[in-house]
Amino acid sequence: MSPAEDPDLAPGDEGTEGIAGYVVGLGLAILLTGVSFFVAQTTLVWQPSIPVALAVLAIAQMGVHLVFFLHITTGPDNVNNVMALAFGVLIVILLIGGSLWIMAHLNQNMMPMDRIMQMQR
Amino acid sequence: MNGAPATADSHQMSELLSKRIVTGYGFWIFLLSDIIMFSAFFATYAVLARATAGGPTGRDLFNLDSVAIETGCLLLSSFTCGLASIGAQTRRDLLFYGAMTVTFLLGLGFLSIEVREFAGMVARGAGPSRSAFLSAFFTLVGCHGLHVSAGLLWLLTMMAQVFAKGYRPDILRRVLCFSLFWHALDIVWIGVFTVVYLMGAGQ
Amino acid sequence: MLGKLSWSAIPFDQPIPLVAAALVGSVIVCVLIWVIVKGHLPYLWNEWITSVDHKRIGEMYTILALIMLLRGFTDAIMMRSQQALAFQSPGYLPPEHYNQIFSAHGTLMIFFVAMPFMIGLMNFVVPLQLGIRDVAFPTLNSVGFWLTATGALLVNISLVVGEFARTGWLPYPPLSELTYSPGVGPDYYLWALEISGVGTLVSGVNLVTTILKVHAPGMTYTRMPMFCWTALASNLLIVAAFPILTATLAMLLLDRYLGFHFFTNEAGGNVMMFMNLIWAWGHPEVYILILPAFGVFSEVVATFSGKPLFGYRSMVMATMAICLLSFTVWLHHFFTMGAGADVNAIFGIMSMIIAVPTGVKIFNWLFTMYGGRVVFAPPMLWALGFMVTFAIGGMTGVLLAVPPADFVLHNSLFLVAHFHNVIIGGVLFGGFAGYSYWFPKAFGFRLHEGLGVAAFWCWLVGFYLAFGPLYVLGLEGMTRRMQHYDVPEWHPWLLAAAAGALVILAGIVLQVVQLVVSIRDRVELRDTTGDPWNGRSLEWATPSPPPAFNFPVLPHVEGGDAYWAIKQRAIAHAALSEEPAYAAIEMPRNSPTGFICAFFATFMGFALIWHIWWMVAVAAVGAFATFVVFAWRDVPDYIIPASKIARIARANRRSRELALANLRPVR
Repeated sequence: MSPAEDPDLAPGDEGTEGIAGYVVGLGLAILLTGVSFFVAQTTLVWQPSIPVALAVLAIAQMGVHLVFFLHITTGPDNVNNVMALAFGVLIVILLIGGSLWIMAHLNQNMMPMDRIMQMQR
Repeated sequence: MNGAPATADSHQMSELLSKRIVTGYGFWIFLLSDIIMFSAFFATYAVLARATAGGPTGRDLFNLDSVAIETGCLLLSSFTCGLASIGAQTRRDLLFYGAMTVTFLLGLGFLSIEVREFAGMVARGAGPSRSAFLSAFFTLVGCHGLHVSAGLLWLLTMMAQVFAKGYRPDILRRVLCFSLFWHALDIVWIGVFTVVYLMGAGQ
Repeated sequence: MLGKLSWSAIPFDQPIPLVAAALVGSVIVCVLIWVIVKGHLPYLWNEWITSVDHKRIGEMYTILALIMLLRGFTDAIMMRSQQALAFQSPGYLPPEHYNQIFSAHGTLMIFFVAMPFMIGLMNFVVPLQLGIRDVAFPTLNSVGFWLTATGALLVNISLVVGEFARTGWLPYPPLSELTYSPGVGPDYYLWALEISGVGTLVSGVNLVTTILKVHAPGMTYTRMPMFCWTALASNLLIVAAFPILTATLAMLLLDRYLGFHFFTNEAGGNVMMFMNLIWAWGHPEVYILILPAFGVFSEVVATFSGKPLFGYRSMVMATMAICLLSFTVWLHHFFTMGAGADVNAIFGIMSMIIAVPTGVKIFNWLFTMYGGRVVFAPPMLWALGFMVTFAIGGMTGVLLAVPPADFVLHNSLFLVAHFHNVIIGGVLFGGFAGYSYWFPKAFGFRLHEGLGVAAFWCWLVGFYLAFGPLYVLGLEGMTRRMQHYDVPEWHPWLLAAAAGALVILAGIVLQVVQLVVSIRDRVELRDTTGDPWNGRSLEWATPSPPPAFNFPVLPHVEGGDAYWAIKQRAIAHAALSEEPAYAAIEMPRNSPTGFICAFFATFMGFALIWHIWWMVAVAAVGAFATFVVFAWRDVPDYIIPASKIARIARANRRSRELALANLRPVR
């Protein structure tokens, strides 16, 4: 039964793909993981670009998992699921990005705590 | 009283969404909150990653070969977990029990490698109280490990429940939640191996 | 055997907590004896403790909040009297006791008054307004409540066994680290909040799922009453923010229990990361509290103006905008930390932007009243008091959002005045508006109106008298949390503030009297119509109090203000709609899961605080066993027969028919 005909679908339910979908997902995930491990250890590319490449690969792999394993995009009411996911991702980005930005500026402007403690001795 | 047209209650109930969708959605919301909790640990790790206090760094400690094996275990277990949920939905005993067993073994394998890694680090004097970096490392990775352990307990419970009660709708809802949980743990692990191990070993 | 616990943990040398605890203890014992002697125990167990009915759980949340309000207010009046007395003298509270009092006051008021008050109202009202029979996960709802109660219990145990934190309502390290706070105070705080935080999260997941996925037929998102929208936004924030609190407090616990170095001064720990994370939760938290209050005011203002809410769509947009923006302003709580001009500027601007949607809301309420026939019943008085007070509090907030001004006012009594201005004037007034508005729905009789009006005026006047002077004191340079001082200019203002606290006390006494008098006169005050305020949303279609199943037949919603439309149709036809056929209804059975979970959680929390490791293990095993047992057993829903439903529904129809005769068409 296709997802459009079956109203009884929750996030994580099987869509049309069945086992085939999982196999495709597994293949893509193995490929992306392999590339990540290769990029991390290689000396062939410009070194400062490696963290960026790793981040892109990780986000791509998370997308693969969401689509092929969690079936987030299939099902009749996927708008709600995707909206919730978007909200969650936004919060994660704000929290991690904001913390890093704030703490980087702080460390630039202020003396580290252990050095302050040493001065007090 | 109410302006509702005269309809039987059972007809009205069918207009409400099924329990399966409601339960799945509720668990999905819970998982998002869990991922936000992990993001707080990720943020802390990222901020404290350089605070080694003169102690060992990620480069000194991490062994990417064992991380690769861990990653493989968890990725394959996510795949077999998907097979198990297909088995449950199509009521194929062999597929369900077989895939669940493989998932359990892969999860156990992952955990034992992680525990060995932790024990080795503590033995080298690189325990969580050595530096802020190691505190953040053990908490982030350990929290994921605790989730995997809880998942393994849950997995066994689900096998037992299906065995004792069969593929009833309420049991299938729990299997659905379990598979969501297990897939989400793999997504968190992508973040862990990328941010902690691959970026950490490169520094 | 008992870890760090010994007889020295009980403060025999401090008469105040001992006497207070003895009083409270004897009241509890008396109530228990009365309940047992009168044979009410089975009733209490069957109808309340194990209930999974969203209405009962909502009422229990509210009762918990009101009781904790008394406790928190006792702390407040002790602080005000200490500061009134402590001019060039040590006052009557020693510093270590005073520090516990302001810490306990803040902790109780935010986590165990404001939170359960709002969650209680949402639990009670939202399913009724959506036209459904219960929340998405009724048993989990009960678990959430009882875990919250566990947290409140642990904080109150600290009054007699050991001590409470002296670190303020947010335990800033390094003061809260083991080096500087070796006692159990911070541990009480941390475990109480970890446990009740789980309860809050559970309740948040439950209500988000309910609002987004469980509706009466035709109740689309844009037909939901405003309170449901604000409840959705508030619970989305709970789901997104409380995990951050759980993680942050867990890190502090690891520092204290296992020697980790997240926030210590040594080994690379970073104190500032705690401020960063705790406020990443803490700022959304204030919107978690205020958004449901905004929803209450939206309902109250529309009902008592006899008009639909002005600008419904702009109100929804403003609510959701606040929901997102609330995660982009957290740094304004620590402008002075030293992140520099760039960071401060961005967060200052964001803090000013978030005031805009709130302003939109204020104008919407004003335009709702414009041209309406405003009835000045107590709920409406609270709403009007809120609009004025909150506007002032909002403006001082925008002032504090300017980083240079914040450098002057940070940590001063100006700040204290500001957040009391928005939390009392916003959240608490909203809670009281909702309490007096929905009380007849919950219990079937109205609250005495005259006493309600008197209580409102005491609160309003008392509030300005108590917190107006704190603005002045802040500008005069008095910092918060001072145990004593020797600046003569401050003294008269602090005396005025203490007088304000006494006026608020009069308001609280009047509220208690109002409740007692209303219960005594409940026959005269009975609400026979189920619609005492000429309401607009579906909760008023049910009898007061509503039956366990809420609606005998799920209502069909065809527009906004669903019940108002039904009433207008009935008035136009001079008759109720045709009687529907009643069918049997399945309802979830009561469950002791929540209570037993909380029982083990209390023991586990207490054992962890006092390092009684065997008890931790026993409680953990007990909790896990409970979980397995309740997950394993099969509890079928119970069925309410159609005949019983028809009887209740027909009684409701009869009272509506009588009421219809008195109703005239209203435009």
